Amino acid sequence: MKKDLLKNIQEKLITFPSFTWLLIFFLIPTLLVVLISFRTSDPFGNIGVGFTLSAYSEITNMSFLRILIRTLRLSFLNTIICLLLGIPVAYAIARMEKKWQQNLMLLIIVPFWTNFLIRIFAWKTLLHPEGFIGQTLTFLRLIPPGTPLLYNEGAVLLVLVYSFLPFAILPLYAAAEKFDFQLLEAARDLGSSGIQSFITIFLPGISVGIISATMIVFIPTLGSYVIPDLVGGPTCEMLGNRIARRVFTDRDLPRGSALSTVLILAVMIPFLIQILVRKSKKSGKISAVEALDK
Amino acid sequence: MKHSKFPLILTIIILTFIWAPIIILVANSFNASRFGTVWGGFTLQWYERLFADRNVWRSLENTLIVTGVSTVVSLVLGSLAGFALHRYKTKIQKVHMGIISIPLVIPDILMGMSLLLFFVSIGMPLSIVTIILGHITFCISFVAITILARLQDFDYKIVEAAKDLGAHGWTLFRKIYIPLLAPGLLAGAMLSITLSLDDFIVTFFTAGPGASTLTIHIYSMIRFGTPPVINALSTIFLMLTFLLALIYQRISRRKLN
Repeated sequence: MKKDLLKNIQEKLITFPSFTWLLIFFLIPTLLVVLISFRTSDPFGNIGVGFTLSAYSEITNMSFLRILIRTLRLSFLNTIICLLLGIPVAYAIARMEKKWQQNLMLLIIVPFWTNFLIRIFAWKTLLHPEGFIGQTLTFLRLIPPGTPLLYNEGAVLLVLVYSFLPFAILPLYAAAEKFDFQLLEAARDLGSSGIQSFITIFLPGISVGIISATMIVFIPTLGSYVIPDLVGGPTCEMLGNRIARRVFTDRDLPRGSALSTVLILAVMIPFLIQILVRKSKKSGKISAVEALDK
Repeated sequence: MKHSKFPLILTIIILTFIWAPIIILVANSFNASRFGTVWGGFTLQWYERLFADRNVWRSLENTLIVTGVSTVVSLVLGSLAGFALHRYKTKIQKVHMGIISIPLVIPDILMGMSLLLFFVSIGMPLSIVTIILGHITFCISFVAITILARLQDFDYKIVEAAKDLGAHGWTLFRKIYIPLLAPGLLAGAMLSITLSLDDFIVTFFTAGPGASTLTIHIYSMIRFGTPPVINALSTIFLMLTFLLALIYQRISRRKLN
């Protein structure tokens, strides 16, 4: 009894520091975002005293809807491209010898230890009309000289894929590495074609990796700010840019908070889907067991 | 057995895609031509200009303070959290796990925004202190998860054996726990150093006027500055990161042996 009490106190003592820290600097501030989105603002950039819905008036705006749709579109496309490129790479690496596997994964991860901004800047120089890619494409007569490659949605998507691909490959590889490749051989012996067994056996086999890769890419893309800011420009604003504009340019914190609340809701959707899928799977399994019992 | 060559070819293309921008950037930092399309001869002038820039030095100083302080604090808080999560399986720990894992997945901009509103609401002026508070907040979760993962393959038989042989208290902690947990602590520290050095968004939202870190400085250079100087700065940054990673690998390998 006394030992239990001691253990209990000990637990609270070790848990207290991190728990309190995150409560004060993470949980309360996040709730504050939602709260402040219902407050008024004054012309000096301060938060007013009254409560209002006016900060949300913006979200029915056509220009905002366009930004929201662009954000969702780019997030979906980025996730799909990262999966389409990442899955074959994870497959190829997982089939190699152990020593090669480690070296190749290192080759994929190492460039991403460099600063995030520097990588975006590298693309900015590459995509400059006078830059390497523009010059090569002009030389090959694929584009007329001086064609702008920067400041469009294509450029944003390219750099998004570049930035998130390794984060997709990591969980995909982790799942593919555990996959039993003999299953594919067996399927082939039984007459299934390569592509067929890849889709019906390999993909379900690495589903855990596919789900985590999707979450790792999709959610942060929804909140992108730097990439559309530096290679997209004003015509390719995403939700994050609009939030930053309300906060830094207009000094209107309630409006910035209202947009952040929209982002919070957008981020919650994939989580809810995941939970629902898991639940239905579970209940599916249970009903299967029940059916067997009968 | 014949395998399709497509995945392998795609892997090679992807590796080129990943490395090409970085290699071109390093090459251009030595390129005398301003716009990096043609090779204008070898030069060190961009490095000279970089070292002459006093703002770079000042922001480097701030970066070192921010990264140093936030790594130490988040290592202590994160290790305790990882330990608590591993040791106890109570309801409190379920909530604890929740509050630790959410910051891992939410977009940075939400954390930056919420911290900004928090500091504005309590009337705290934005400065290097608010940057440090922000960095600690996102580093704790990553350290906690790293420590938790390491503890999962921690062999408690060693602790039992040491106890049987009469070790307890401080000796047990210093001679058994610390050496066994050292790789985990090192991994946690490396992770929070990398995250803190790499962070832009949270810093951008919590930095007051004048409290510029290296990433903030790089950002304003990209927007308004001279490209070749950024190439030089990036190359130095790159070399430092590789060096750090190499040292880390050496140490962790030696620890394993």
